[in-house]
Amino acid sequence: MMASDTAALPFVDRRNTARRAHIWLGALLVLVSLASLAVGASGTSLWGALMKLAQGEALTLTERVVLWDIRAPRLVMGICVGSALAVSGAVMQGLFRNPLADPGILGVTSGASLGAVTIIVLGAALPAVVQTTLGAGLLPVAAFLGAWGSMLLLYRVSTRAGRTSVATMLLAGIALGALFAAFSGVLIFLANDMQLRELTFWSLGSLAGASWLKLSVAGPVILVSVALACTLGRGLNALALGEAAAHHMGVPVERTKAVAILAVSAATGTAVAISGGIGFIGIVVPHLLRLATGPDHRGLLVNAGLLGASLLLVADMVARVVVAPAELPIGILTALLGSPVFLWILLRKRGLVDM
Amino acid sequence: MKRRTLMQGLAKTAVACALPLAALAQAYDTSRIVTIGGATTEIVFALGEADRLVARDSTSLHPPAAQDLPDIGYMRALAAEGVLSVQPTLILTEPGAGPPETISVLEAAALPLVVVPAPYSAEGILTKITAIGDALGVPDKAQTLADQVRAELDDVAAQVANDTDAPKRVLFVLSTQGGRIMASGTNTAADGIITLAGGINAIDQFEGYRQLTAEAISTAAPDVVLMMDREGDHSSTAETLFTMPEMSTTPAAQTGALVKMDGLLLLGFGPRTPKAAQALHDVLQEQS
Repeated sequence: MMASDTAALPFVDRRNTARRAHIWLGALLVLVSLASLAVGASGTSLWGALMKLAQGEALTLTERVVLWDIRAPRLVMGICVGSALAVSGAVMQGLFRNPLADPGILGVTSGASLGAVTIIVLGAALPAVVQTTLGAGLLPVAAFLGAWGSMLLLYRVSTRAGRTSVATMLLAGIALGALFAAFSGVLIFLANDMQLRELTFWSLGSLAGASWLKLSVAGPVILVSVALACTLGRGLNALALGEAAAHHMGVPVERTKAVAILAVSAATGTAVAISGGIGFIGIVVPHLLRLATGPDHRGLLVNAGLLGASLLLVADMVARVVVAPAELPIGILTALLGSPVFLWILLRKRGLVDM
Repeated sequence: MKRRTLMQGLAKTAVACALPLAALAQAYDTSRIVTIGGATTEIVFALGEADRLVARDSTSLHPPAAQDLPDIGYMRALAAEGVLSVQPTLILTEPGAGPPETISVLEAAALPLVVVPAPYSAEGILTKITAIGDALGVPDKAQTLADQVRAELDDVAAQVANDTDAPKRVLFVLSTQGGRIMASGTNTAADGIITLAGGINAIDQFEGYRQLTAEAISTAAPDVVLMMDREGDHSSTAETLFTMPEMSTTPAAQTGALVKMDGLLLLGFGPRTPKAAQALHDVLQEQS
């Protein structure tokens, strides 16, 4: 009975699948979050600490620092960064109608890297006032400025008379990205070997730099832009039919594009600024979801946020446990897990693998 | 935050500048120590205090017993929970431990962190030994070790002073990756050890390590090429190195003067540095 109904109305079926996926993926994120608080190199136990708190006992200093200053900000940062990358990837793929698009394609990531490289290599030359005022915040702030600067430049380049050309933006994004990478290259050439090693580790990405101070600045920016991006479902669905068709369907095309670009740049620029380069979440997560729940952006965007956050948290748990007391850079893990999955998706689509 | 950062800066400066005083004023619990930096770890072992170590960073590879200790990762990319998981009571580090977020979390956990100064000079090694001895509360042992190292260094310096030949021009090659030579300029450990051994760094136009153009190598005209001895490194045999066009015109290529030494011994600037300087000095003399 249901089968014939839904066969007649595939779209309704897809929407229901996506809605059910909200619940499942939400539950997954809650579970993974709890695990993320409970797992770490030190033996500090989440349950032990909760029991103590329930009985009104005080926590030891180590318990407080491990749970509150290390694991909790990492958890929040993982959710912010993972959802930012995955939702941005989904939006970019929809906007450019290109399955290979990811947040890096706008050059925002290269802009953020340039900011970070500048601070690592030339930071010591800054006035002492700036250094002491910003302290450990110097690098993320610079990366953030780099991301936003590159985004504004890109927007100026590809907008004429209030109309943004997506095609120009795609090409200009690649060109600007290459230009910023070249500037970074100049700085890398000037760097000493200590700085080079620092750069290498930064470019591999990590959630180890999480702190409440960073999150108090970066968290709201990411959450607001991710929420904004999640409202773009209807507009992106319409844009899939072409700009003219979307316009006739009553979708404000220019505004949709502007919001998409602003939200994606703010989300990924900030995410890269606080966590370094973390690849493959933005490209793999939306593809996985499209396979499971279909291409309707209305459900897809929220699901991408939930799954992206969960995946990054899982990768982070592996990163901090597998070589403890040392830690793997998380970018290695997302690429290690992401590349084979992506390849599998490709082969499956072309009918080369049946599973 | 501003005040806190400033205070941290002041505290670190005070520790670095006035370690002997600080040690008198403040006795650390030295029962569980983490060392960060190869030379720092070597000195703790040389002082006979290795049983207090509970972990080390990935640059601490000598003596071999150090490798039996848990590895908390590379000194500039430490993870706070990893460090806390070995329950240290004191961290001994060379400058450059980080990232800053990890350091501030360790400070939040009330973990004392002593920064040992690490300049690439003979005097620098003695300062390191004294600083570490004070932090561990064994100044007498440190004095004995420092005296011994000083005597060994003086011995090498005396030999260098008696050298009759002109000092050799030494080119330190860090790598020959991709057919390009990465060489050491001034203000590096390689520059420091070449000077201690009575040689002259053939490259003094820049600080740190850089890739050299072919012509710069011809101009530098090294008498001897110095490299790190790495197992399985087939790319840098004397034959392949000296047949590189930029190398073939140098005096070193004409005499086939390639010296390979253990990297940690050569560049560590720890208690073994007099031995490294002596060995390098001897090889340089043989090249005459």
